[in-house]
Amino acid sequence: MIADIQTFFRHLADSGINLTIFYDAFDFERFITGLGNTLLLILLCSFFSIVIGAIGAAVLTLSKGLGAAVVRGYVALFRNTPLLVQMYFFYFAIGSIMPVTKNDIGLPVPLLGSFSWAVISLSLYSGAFNVETFRSGVGAVHQSYEEAALALGYSRMQAFVSVTVPLALRFSFASLANNLVDLTKATTVAYAVGVAELLYVSNQIWSDSLNTIEMMNVMLLIYLVLTGAVVFIINRIETAMRLPGFGLGGV
Amino acid sequence: MGDANVLARVLDWMPFVLTGFGLNVLMSLLAIAIGTAVGTFLGLGQLSQPLIIAVPSRLATQLFRNAPWLVLLFYCIFLMPYQVGIGGSVIVLPSWLRATIGFSFPVAANFSEIVRGAVNSVPRGQWEAAEALGYGRQSTLFRIILPQCVTRMIPPWMNLYALLLTATPLSVIVGVEEALGRTQAAVQALSDSRMLIPMYLALLAMFFIYAWPINRLSLMLERRFRTK
Repeated sequence: MIADIQTFFRHLADSGINLTIFYDAFDFERFITGLGNTLLLILLCSFFSIVIGAIGAAVLTLSKGLGAAVVRGYVALFRNTPLLVQMYFFYFAIGSIMPVTKNDIGLPVPLLGSFSWAVISLSLYSGAFNVETFRSGVGAVHQSYEEAALALGYSRMQAFVSVTVPLALRFSFASLANNLVDLTKATTVAYAVGVAELLYVSNQIWSDSLNTIEMMNVMLLIYLVLTGAVVFIINRIETAMRLPGFGLGGV
Repeated sequence: MGDANVLARVLDWMPFVLTGFGLNVLMSLLAIAIGTAVGTFLGLGQLSQPLIIAVPSRLATQLFRNAPWLVLLFYCIFLMPYQVGIGGSVIVLPSWLRATIGFSFPVAANFSEIVRGAVNSVPRGQWEAAEALGYGRQSTLFRIILPQCVTRMIPPWMNLYALLLTATPLSVIVGVEEALGRTQAAVQALSDSRMLIPMYLALLAMFFIYAWPINRLSLMLERRFRTK
């Protein structure tokens, strides 16, 4: 079966479409590693950016003083500067003052590698957008829900956690899907600090095998599938969490 | 070495980096101009009734909206010719110009969605009222609907511009010598690891000072138009 596929793509290569990843074991392995790293980046950064967004929105809602000012500053700073410059700042500038350990044969090993810095940088960038998303989700919940909870004897904190947040989450899905699609697209920027993600390995493959156009099309197709998958998953979660008679388009 | 010395050395390199930043601004202005023009047609194409126009417009919009900017940039850098011949004269396309065209694609697709969203946000009653007054579809769109859309489109268009500006440093990956590339060159020339943080902070500040007022203004305009 696998041999058949390889033979097919070898013949295809003879006719001009050279997809080495489907018949060359070495290229295939590199490509799968890259795809795996891209998926890992998407999953880790989605998780951390949602956590950052939730914490930021909670601080903005519950406190009015210094905490809120810090969060607002963070959001303004990360939204108005280039992601690539942020990543370089973390990787090259902050990375230069981080402690360096030595490995078994005495070579210097930085405490955080390029993958870790990419996760930190992408999470902080995407998290800034998620703060806005969740905060406007909270803003969309009508005041009367919180008042009703307070009247039932909830404290402000309890009302926020068990009444406002579950409703706000349902208002946030459309914008959150948008942010996560942007995050998926932004993982390509990790290429610049040498993370072996999909764009990076594709670049290696087309440099070695001289099949630039084919690899670019494959890569573009995969990113379109990935962004489609992100939207699909968020929509499924949104449907599963829908409350009858609540929100837009509810059945 | 004192703090004043660090600041002085950063300031020494600022004219060099700012010249590069000028290229970022130039690329963003050209790309927003091309993207807005093409995006207007794509957006109206998405709204048009003949499927032969609507379907390709929708497909192109979705394709360029969901593809990573960097991937589109690679396409333009690798697949566009280095020079084009028009009627005997040869025009060389420098890499910054090819990168600008690469940025125009996602801008056009995003603007196409802005146009579609703005037109769809006009209440149906406007269409019906125009129909009752005897306007055709085309004259309703151009004389009644679109004039109302312009104010709604300005805030998201400004956000798109700020997003585009913050995307332009990506062109350093394909060899354009803009602000980030020049900062890297300056850091190498300084060859002092203590200068890394101040130099990158200066670069971040440069982008922030340019992009932040645009986003603030966009937010203000959005609030003003909403209350009407």
